[in-house]
Amino acid sequence: MAAVESTVLETTPPDVVPQTTSAPGARRRLLFLRNAKALTGLSMLGFFGVIAIIGPWIAPYDPSAMSDALLQPPSAEHWLGTTHTGQDVLSQIIVGTRGVLVVGLISGVLATLIGMLVGVTAGFVGGVGDETLSALSNVFLVIPQLPLIIIIAAQVPGAGGVTVAFIIAITGWAWGARVLRAQTLSLRRRDFVEAARANGERTFRIIFAEIMPNLTAIIAAGFVGTVTFAVLSQITLAFLGVTPISEWNWGTILFWAQNNLALQRGAWWWFVPAGLCIAALGMALTLINFGIDEFVNPRLRSTGLKARELKRRGIRPRIGFTPVVDEPHGEPADEPAGQPADDRPGDAGAGSAAPLAAAPMTKEGGR
Amino acid sequence: MKFFVRRGIFYLITLWAAVTINFVIPRLMPGDPVKAIMARSQGKLDSSAEAAIRTLFGLDTDTSVFQQYLDYWGLLLHGNLGTSFMFGVPVVDIIRQALPWTIGLVGIATIISFVVGTLIGTGIGWRRGTWADNLLPISTFFSAVPYFWLGLLCVSLFSVTLQWFPSNGSYDRALIPHLDMEFISSVLYYGMLPALTIVISSVAGWILGMRNMMVTVSSEDYVTVAQAKGLAERKVLFGYAARNAILPQVSSFALSLGFIVGGTLVMEMVFSYQGIGYVLYQAVSTYDYPLMQGCFLIITIAVLLANLVADVAYAFLDPRTRQEG
Repeated sequence: MAAVESTVLETTPPDVVPQTTSAPGARRRLLFLRNAKALTGLSMLGFFGVIAIIGPWIAPYDPSAMSDALLQPPSAEHWLGTTHTGQDVLSQIIVGTRGVLVVGLISGVLATLIGMLVGVTAGFVGGVGDETLSALSNVFLVIPQLPLIIIIAAQVPGAGGVTVAFIIAITGWAWGARVLRAQTLSLRRRDFVEAARANGERTFRIIFAEIMPNLTAIIAAGFVGTVTFAVLSQITLAFLGVTPISEWNWGTILFWAQNNLALQRGAWWWFVPAGLCIAALGMALTLINFGIDEFVNPRLRSTGLKARELKRRGIRPRIGFTPVVDEPHGEPADEPAGQPADDRPGDAGAGSAAPLAAAPMTKEGGR
Repeated sequence: MKFFVRRGIFYLITLWAAVTINFVIPRLMPGDPVKAIMARSQGKLDSSAEAAIRTLFGLDTDTSVFQQYLDYWGLLLHGNLGTSFMFGVPVVDIIRQALPWTIGLVGIATIISFVVGTLIGTGIGWRRGTWADNLLPISTFFSAVPYFWLGLLCVSLFSVTLQWFPSNGSYDRALIPHLDMEFISSVLYYGMLPALTIVISSVAGWILGMRNMMVTVSSEDYVTVAQAKGLAERKVLFGYAARNAILPQVSSFALSLGFIVGGTLVMEMVFSYQGIGYVLYQAVSTYDYPLMQGCFLIITIAVLLANLVADVAYAFLDPRTRQEG
């Protein structure tokens, strides 16, 4: 009897890993979707996704076709007006959506993969390997990315969409790697990982079955942030004319507008809509990131939720408050990956480069 | 002291990496890069430039790559960044003229933006649950648009429509650059709009970062204790909450400098402001490779120096760093 009990004890720890049981997981996913910010962001992103897929079929005109309607303000025929050669601006925006999203997606996926590889490895192996890998990612963080991307893209012969995506990915992975390393470092010594290690699980399995699931939210936030960065970089490159100006994307539209004196001619319809689209896409991604952030860090979540009620009751929510979401769905007590914010004062004195982990995730979209 | 030694070594490594990237990129290009560049320039480069590019890329010599690398370092350490194709003068001279403008515009605007953003973020984070929270969606919008587009909007609104500010340039061309009141006020007048645009577009990130840190820090026990023992609100706010919340903000400032400088350099291109960003833009549009690489190196060095300053500020703000040993 005693023997049976002891074996049970030995085998249970890896099984009671937090957040791997299915029921709370499903509820938590629902919670994420219940977040108004995340939902708004996802629907906006979905809208652009649909446009990107069906764009060439629904565009009213050929975006490159010239016509006699030169520099016309918005009208019934041309909803967003025309350029100096009579091209339809709306069609250019619709057709250009695909280029923007494809580059954002490709470089987002690639950069996230590199970041995961470097960050999780660095956090997990520790020692010299960690020092080397974090130095590498810090180097890529500190070197100004946009000028680097510009000089690489300007030297690669015929750098079009996919090439640019690759260039952005190899220069923009460092944020994700840094945040992932910090989190892996704090997870590595948790009880459930120690238990798995004591149990003789292979390193491979510890990383993929024990650590990775707890990094999901951070990986997702990093991915969204990288996509934002990639979209902005690519549009800037197109605006500067570094990438081929014959490929339509929102940056190309702004390139033509800037070079044909749209500002001086007062042709606002030429450059305002493209920028608003960039802003809408960026906001969609930022909102998704906020959703993930609030999902990971309940303090951020609850402050907004209860603000109105607290105000009604005359309470000023400032000091010593850790308001907790008091609805049946929220289980803030066991949020995944214990907020890095809490670990901060502890590792601040370690003389490491910079003792921050969670805060920059929202900053990342801000470029 | 150990802190600074570590950081110093790190910056040296970064500098080495930047120089090596500059050296390696042209040599990694597939096929014959010179032919491809000549084709891309569409006649903007003549055949004498072709020979110059070959020298730059090390394609004309039989020396080993390692020897080329040593030679490259030798040139750099003598302050030789090559000769610009377009202007026909040493790259160093062009950069020397452009750099003060960039440091003046981008440097001052970035610092203003950081200080203002941090103060506003402190306020919003402290008084959460009031009208101030409405600023959040607005700052989200500003952090989602590219800097240069806000620049375009500002030019269109303030200089084309309202004609308050000039739309490009850095001083009145009728004036001779000279340190007198007229010239200085002209520089300030021309720099106002670009600076304003940089502040408007980058302040949102600082507000958000500081606000989130304030929310986290103001729930800490030491803040509660400070409040409970009856300290003045102002003292709790600045001495306890903001004092700790600003630490990640400063290190995040250092880390995002690269991003910000990249974005603000594009702003110079929009305003044709004669700084490094505009030179880089000209170099890119005329396929002036030595100038392009020189600009990249200088920008990187400037960012590294700014990082160093941020480190000193961090050590000043956080006594734990100094006590390390």
